[in-house]
Amino acid sequence: MGFLSALAVAYEQVDIIEAPLEAATHAVNPWVSLAYLIAGVCFIFALRGLSSPATSRKGNRYGMIGMTIAVVTTLLTHDIASLPEIMIAIAIGGGIGFVIARKIAMTDMPQLVAAFHSLVGMAAVLVGWAAYLNPGAFGILNEFGTISAVSRVEMGLGIAIGSITFSGSVIAFLKLAGKMSGAPIMLPGRHVINLGTLAAIVLLTAYFTQDQSFWIIATITALAFIIGFLLIIPIGGADMPVVVSMLNSYSGWAAAAMGFTLHNTAMIITGALVGASGAILSYIMCKAMNRSFISVIAGGFGGDAGGGGGAGAAASDRPWKRGSAEDAAFMMGQAEQVIIIPGYGMAVAQAQHVLREMTDLLKAKGVNVKFAIHPVAGRMPGHMNVLLAEANVPYDEVFELEDINGEFAQTDVAFIIGANDVVNPAAKTDKSSPIYGMPVFDVDKAKQVFFIKRSMGGVGYAGVDNDVFYMDQTMMLLADAKKMVEEINKALAD
Amino acid sequence: MDFISILSIFVMACFVGYYVVWSVTPALHTPLMAVTNAISSVIIVGALIAAAEAGSPAAKWLGLIGIVFASVNIFGGFAVTERMLAMYKKKERPAPAKASGVEGK
Repeated sequence: MGFLSALAVAYEQVDIIEAPLEAATHAVNPWVSLAYLIAGVCFIFALRGLSSPATSRKGNRYGMIGMTIAVVTTLLTHDIASLPEIMIAIAIGGGIGFVIARKIAMTDMPQLVAAFHSLVGMAAVLVGWAAYLNPGAFGILNEFGTISAVSRVEMGLGIAIGSITFSGSVIAFLKLAGKMSGAPIMLPGRHVINLGTLAAIVLLTAYFTQDQSFWIIATITALAFIIGFLLIIPIGGADMPVVVSMLNSYSGWAAAAMGFTLHNTAMIITGALVGASGAILSYIMCKAMNRSFISVIAGGFGGDAGGGGGAGAAASDRPWKRGSAEDAAFMMGQAEQVIIIPGYGMAVAQAQHVLREMTDLLKAKGVNVKFAIHPVAGRMPGHMNVLLAEANVPYDEVFELEDINGEFAQTDVAFIIGANDVVNPAAKTDKSSPIYGMPVFDVDKAKQVFFIKRSMGGVGYAGVDNDVFYMDQTMMLLADAKKMVEEINKALAD
Repeated sequence: MDFISILSIFVMACFVGYYVVWSVTPALHTPLMAVTNAISSVIIVGALIAAAEAGSPAAKWLGLIGIVFASVNIFGGFAVTERMLAMYKKKERPAPAKASGVEGK
């Protein structure tokens, strides 16, 4: 607390000395700037900690410290006439956030993250509007008593990005939570509408530098809300990992734009970190699907096949073999190494816990069990890893695509649960396939493949048939993922 | 601070973000999103200024609503990240000739 009280004292001193000079713009106190800088550095450490699970929790603590420094500094350096109201607002929001964080099921993380993104977007819009209504408080008045031109551009951009983040995240939330169909909704001429709206926002922001009227900022907000909505509705369920990452990035840019308006280093550093983070995750997701970012944003690819029914071709008449839980239990019990490939279907069926029990039973029989995770498995980056961690699977038994793909040739059993496109060999061989070029697991090299699927009718999100179904060494286990694994566990325990 | 100094901080922070995020292990990408969510709510600073400063009652109320939204994110984001990170455990190495497993370091 010594530092903080020194901060307050230092601020007051500078305020007295510089007050006459800084009539229009706010006094910039070096101590205050330093405190925000420290907060920004704490946030860098927060992300740095995530380089390994061992250091990650320490990183999260840095994040909390950084946030505390930023909030306390702000409160100490401004009028605190409305402190009770502020405390009540923090208590209400904090209480809601804390309860949600405690209660949320891990399978629901994608929609929770989308919902949180929408709040950041909305907060950015509110701050932008507040800065417009009370520019003096934010120190953005010029010598003529109007908002400076640079600040107006920053304000317009911040509000626009915030609005897009808000409405886009609301749609993403509704799609991920299943409150809205995951199927792409294609409006005719939507590219023209989107580009036109975007151009209108840019022109209005430019005009805002000349005219400080209320209608301009209101129109920018409204148009940006619409564009966020239009941007996300044509994007299908399978592309959701990219969308969630992209909105993550937008929420960062919104915070950064507000940081520019407020000349606040903590906000600028954080905004840049979050913006970069979301952009990199989007890039990783796109690369893992061999799709360009533009084609994802253009939308229309992949409906919501969580129920096991994509659009397009039904399974062909080629012969396939049906296996039973006993077959799977017997073969895996005899195996030296089993690789389990989970996908979104595992999350839908909530099968992660029974799956971990299965690995325990197999390990007791001396079988080497590994998990293989594709970057786009699930509905957000790292979704499968969290679910497996929740089920107490040690993280050093979980491997990324490139680290494990060479092992399938020495693997006795590949066990596919709720995944489909990520094991489709057409991605390697069939140039006409929509998923051609996507990196996939070489399950065809394993001696035996078990493929849990609800029925033969459904195909993956991409709507393409999968040759793995018809391989000699493949046995299809047609059932709900959780029930099938439970039966396998029963057979293994006998 | 003039615009160029702020822009310099921003550009440098983008580079820092680029390198730091690439070093994040893919297994922790979901916690990464949750924690970036929490820290991007540093936007609460703007909402606090709006709520604290006199001058515009409308701005004060917008600020207070902004504080509520950002607080949901801050508390929710950090708490859910903490909850997730607590679940990531290393394999317990069975200690030879001892009953209890030893936690890997």
